[in-house]
Amino acid sequence: MHPVLILVTQRVALGLLLLLAVSVVIFAGTEALPGDVAQAILGQSATPEALANLRESLGLNQPPLTRYFNWIGGVLTGDLGVALTNGQDIAQAIGQRMGNTIFLAACAAAISVPLAILLGLVAARYNGRWPDKVISGITLSTISLPEFVAGYFVIYLLTQVVPIFQPVAMIFPGMTFWAKLHAVALPVIVLVLVVLAHMMRMTRAAILNVMQSAYIETAELKGLSPMAVIWRHALPNAIAPIISVVVINLAYLVVGVVVVEVVFSYNALGKYLVDHVAKRDLPVVQAVGMIFAAVYIGLNILADVVSIVANPRLRHPK
Amino acid sequence: MKMPLSALLGLIFTTLFFLAAIFANLLAPYPIDAAVGGVWEAPSATYWLGTDTIGRDILSRLIYGGQVTIFVATASSLLAFTLGSVLGFVAATQGGLVDQVLSRLVDLMMAIPALIIALVVLVVLPRSLITLILLMGLLDATRVFRLSRAVAVDIAVMDYVEAARLRGERQGWIIFREILPNALSPLVAELGLRFIFAVLFISTLSFLGLGIQPPLADWGGMVQENKGGLIYGKAAALMPALAIAVLAISVNLVADWVLSRTTSLKGGRGG
Repeated sequence: MHPVLILVTQRVALGLLLLLAVSVVIFAGTEALPGDVAQAILGQSATPEALANLRESLGLNQPPLTRYFNWIGGVLTGDLGVALTNGQDIAQAIGQRMGNTIFLAACAAAISVPLAILLGLVAARYNGRWPDKVISGITLSTISLPEFVAGYFVIYLLTQVVPIFQPVAMIFPGMTFWAKLHAVALPVIVLVLVVLAHMMRMTRAAILNVMQSAYIETAELKGLSPMAVIWRHALPNAIAPIISVVVINLAYLVVGVVVVEVVFSYNALGKYLVDHVAKRDLPVVQAVGMIFAAVYIGLNILADVVSIVANPRLRHPK
Repeated sequence: MKMPLSALLGLIFTTLFFLAAIFANLLAPYPIDAAVGGVWEAPSATYWLGTDTIGRDILSRLIYGGQVTIFVATASSLLAFTLGSVLGFVAATQGGLVDQVLSRLVDLMMAIPALIIALVVLVVLPRSLITLILLMGLLDATRVFRLSRAVAVDIAVMDYVEAARLRGERQGWIIFREILPNALSPLVAELGLRFIFAVLFISTLSFLGLGIQPPLADWGGMVQENKGGLIYGKAAALMPALAIAVLAISVNLVADWVLSRTTSLKGGRGG
């Protein structure tokens, strides 16, 4: 078998194993805590009947191992059970909201990735001069802002100081694509701000790292313009770490969307998750938490696979 | 050695924030929970930063809120630090099975975002100060563990550690008297980064309504309670947001400077 294929298979298998372990953590995270889950959900004033009913519907009378296998079996077959609070089918509720979350994250990714690489290239080209300092300074301050703080500054700026957007992002099934884009513009701007900094800094670092090489000096000496040197010689050689950082930051969007959806009251998966944490609706939180964890781990595996495949030393073994 | 301007500014602002938190009772002009003025009053000589959604003085709430935010962040980052570094040193000096078990456990916890774990656990846990501190400290200890283990693995092979072992010193002596003093400088910079992480984390949880509960107030919760005013152009929600941003950036500037002076080792600072 081709060595790249072996490495990729190993990485994916390890990732699946990790996912299995994480499912145990998400399921057992609430089990390992002291006290009774039913009591914690209903509070101290709960009647014994209500407690017994809740234990029954959560299946708390069965041994933990049986419950775990029932749950993970349900997750794998798409049967996520019903919400405690309103008896709604969880898989259905997730299905309705998943599209909105993917739309938001995809828009953020489509803007932030090219922008981060472009800014990284410019910062590397003018390394140490003012364009580099301006870009680095701005991204350094956005790195230390939590999503909701960035969100409020953007809302204030773009709905009050320069009123061009709505502070609440709502999209309906009947809207046209452009109307949807306009509606999610603010949350997308916030998400872009949040992930841009890391991606841009790593792109800059990867390019600068390659710029030390002898072939870059050769390219400079034969009279190529600085941008051509970066574009034609440095970028192709730095592309592997850049792609891997980009994918890892897309995974970071998973956390970003949760908070940003709440900031803009955007009806999607992250807001659904947070709302049901507040309502202490355990089955919903476990199901959605598992989805977010799976996407996060999946993207991290993808980042590893990309960097394996992009490594020419592995592609052409001696 | 000369301190760059950015680090100096960061240090001044950080000190001011901590002093304001410590002397909150003396500094705050109004009580934390009293509706003293009209709703959404603009900043004036009486209410320096205006009033909030139910007429409370924003400056006073900002000072008391800072007390809670800074206390929770300090407590949980110290906990993360103690737990993470001690376990990290134990893993590095013991090696073998202990190291394997601890390291794989940390890998597992770091495989999913801390916020997702926190949300799942907060379904069941009571949302009290002590649970929040313990939860954040435990989640963040994983990052300190990775860094301190990496630092200690390098130190554990040094001759003076070997000499202490041959003298027959106990494990505790080796960790606290041989490894700790030599690992301190990279870990101090890390403490700053952990503190920022804790400030952002508790603010985010409170903003989501899952962190500090009333009658206590903290900055994240203040942003959330005043978000309605933003639509009418009231800047009340921006004040606590600004406070979070300035504190985070100030500590970051100091930590970056310490880090650049002491070592090339950097810990993770992601979510």
